Amino acid sequence: MKRKNLKSLDKILFENSRRKIEEEHQTHIVNNHHVNTQKKIKQRIISWIFLLPSLIGVLLFFGAPFAVVIYYSFISNPIQHLFVGTANYYWVLRNAAFRMAAFNTLRFSAIAVPLAVVLSLMLAMVLESSIPGKSAFRSMFLSPMMVPIASVVLIWQVLFHYNGLTNRVLNVALGFTKIDWLKSKYAPIVIVILFLWKNLGYNMILFMAALSSVPVELLEAARLEKANRWQIFWSIKIHYLASTIMFVSLMSLINSFKTFREIYLMTGGYPYESLYMLQHYMNNKFNKLDYQDLSAAAILMAGVVIVVVAVLFYIEGRVGKDVENG
Amino acid sequence: MIRQKVAGKAYKECIVKRAPENAWRDIPGAHEEVVKEEKKTYTKAQIRKEIKMYRSYVKSHKRKERIDIAGKIIGMLICGMFAFLFLTPIVLTFTNSFMSPSEISSNYGAIFSTTSSGGKVYISKMVNLKFIPDIVTFHQYFTALLKSPAYLYKFWNSMIYVIPIVIFQLLIASLASYGFARYTGVIKKIIFFLYIIIMMMPYQVTLVPNFLVSQFLHIYDTRFAIWLPGFFSPFAVYLFTKFIRRIPESLFEAARIDGAGEWQIFSKICMPLCKGGLVSVAILIFIDYWNMVEQPLILLTNEELHPLSVFLSKINSGEISLAFAIAVIYMVPPLLVFMYGEEYLVEGITYQGGTKG
Repeated sequence: MKRKNLKSLDKILFENSRRKIEEEHQTHIVNNHHVNTQKKIKQRIISWIFLLPSLIGVLLFFGAPFAVVIYYSFISNPIQHLFVGTANYYWVLRNAAFRMAAFNTLRFSAIAVPLAVVLSLMLAMVLESSIPGKSAFRSMFLSPMMVPIASVVLIWQVLFHYNGLTNRVLNVALGFTKIDWLKSKYAPIVIVILFLWKNLGYNMILFMAALSSVPVELLEAARLEKANRWQIFWSIKIHYLASTIMFVSLMSLINSFKTFREIYLMTGGYPYESLYMLQHYMNNKFNKLDYQDLSAAAILMAGVVIVVVAVLFYIEGRVGKDVENG
Repeated sequence: MIRQKVAGKAYKECIVKRAPENAWRDIPGAHEEVVKEEKKTYTKAQIRKEIKMYRSYVKSHKRKERIDIAGKIIGMLICGMFAFLFLTPIVLTFTNSFMSPSEISSNYGAIFSTTSSGGKVYISKMVNLKFIPDIVTFHQYFTALLKSPAYLYKFWNSMIYVIPIVIFQLLIASLASYGFARYTGVIKKIIFFLYIIIMMMPYQVTLVPNFLVSQFLHIYDTRFAIWLPGFFSPFAVYLFTKFIRRIPESLFEAARIDGAGEWQIFSKICMPLCKGGLVSVAILIFIDYWNMVEQPLILLTNEELHPLSVFLSKINSGEISLAFAIAVIYMVPPLLVFMYGEEYLVEGITYQGGTKG
């Protein structure tokens, strides 16, 4: 019953704001009709001129070369230029190293991204509930983002070495046997921790912004109805957080690809098996000048990324609709 | 017809009944009845009941308060724990940089056993992680800054790469995002989506393209190989467009009616309003390129041109004592930038999550 009430109030508020936006939109359209078309065309051209420098650069450095990569993925090698169809893809997909790398990358993202979302949401909720020293905590959580990777890697090696601090604490205090963190199946854990350490603050700020956008009247109404915190979270806040959750998981996914830098600096081009990522595979192929395999792998990876991004955007659009009104 | 006229003229008499409590007004000479409140008499059992109720109210209120305080304490503990975990690595790097080489190698000898300082150093089997050095020395900073110019040179390299990239990327991106944010059409939307996709690609996907282009333009193995792709990176465009879209359209409209040209609107209205955005995007670009590892490894074979980020990882095993000092030196510029622009940065990140691309 309570929940129903809350939801109906929700709906009324949405309706109101939607109506307002629609009205604004209509007046806007009416205004635009007064501007004569000639001027409009001129303005459009000028806006394209603003775009031009960036467009040329992006096309030159990112766009056109990408077409070359697609071309490379279909030929035998860069010297003979024989068209081989999907043979490159076939060989890449059959390659054990590629499969292992793809599996590792997938596993890492599948573990790290949800953890990053949940933990940072938790931190944001805790910080939002008016504890003292909020801004100090915020800067503390954000500061790892600013620490250069090269400096971090150094201290991480000290912490997670076979004779390092983590083993010492676990061994002496808790009686675990020592683990060679970076050279065992536990290595991904180290990287996940590093990833979380670096990205939690950033995600947390995104969530804090979303939490503060929840209308106060709604929360007050819910409290008057004696909804408990759990109910408030699941029937009100979650609606306003939904699109941010999507955005955060998107950014976390992208950042999870960037952890290659750390892994590379810590363990070099050929790390322990469980740390061998797709990026390692591509980097090593590049060093071997094996462009066609690299291109095929790159296209495969790009395809997966595009699909994931599109799905996330689609979900974001659908879930966020009832709050943002398009 | 007649009926209507009659109906139009006729007044209906209506009788309104008074409410019962106002009935005395109809009676001439009557006064309002004053209801005397009877003094209630309570029995002992009733009093006991009342007291019980009161106590339970107080109890539940106190309980609520206690839960509130407990929640705050738990929150503080969670935050404190995370803050400790988050800050430990940074603090450790700082304090370790003030230790003398022999202290470092006795502490971390087990890890970096190839320390160069000779055989006389006692190497403990376990790592001693110390937060406070025995003797505070600036010896390592002295070595890093004055004795071995290679590090300082690499540090300078990093600066040379990052600063022009920040400036030019901001310039190009602010122009482009103004173009994206105004007069949107279908083509622009598609192009913008492509920008987002390019932004989201892992660097390794664009590895070959970057390499091919730099060879094609004959900038391979020069500083331009790092600079030029950096200038045109779509990251800032994406962020900045979100900023400009938040500026109300009516503001631009008003400027146009007053006779301002497109360039004037951009430079006199759009940019000043985006000042916060400019700073926050600049910080984000700065961190991103301060950390670059892949680009120099692939585009620069000449190690003299490498930035410190790549170089630092190579000295790890050799001169561990020095590495800490250099790590700190390397950490200082981003932290200074962070302290200067934290508020802007938070604002910028907030905007990032806002309206969709």
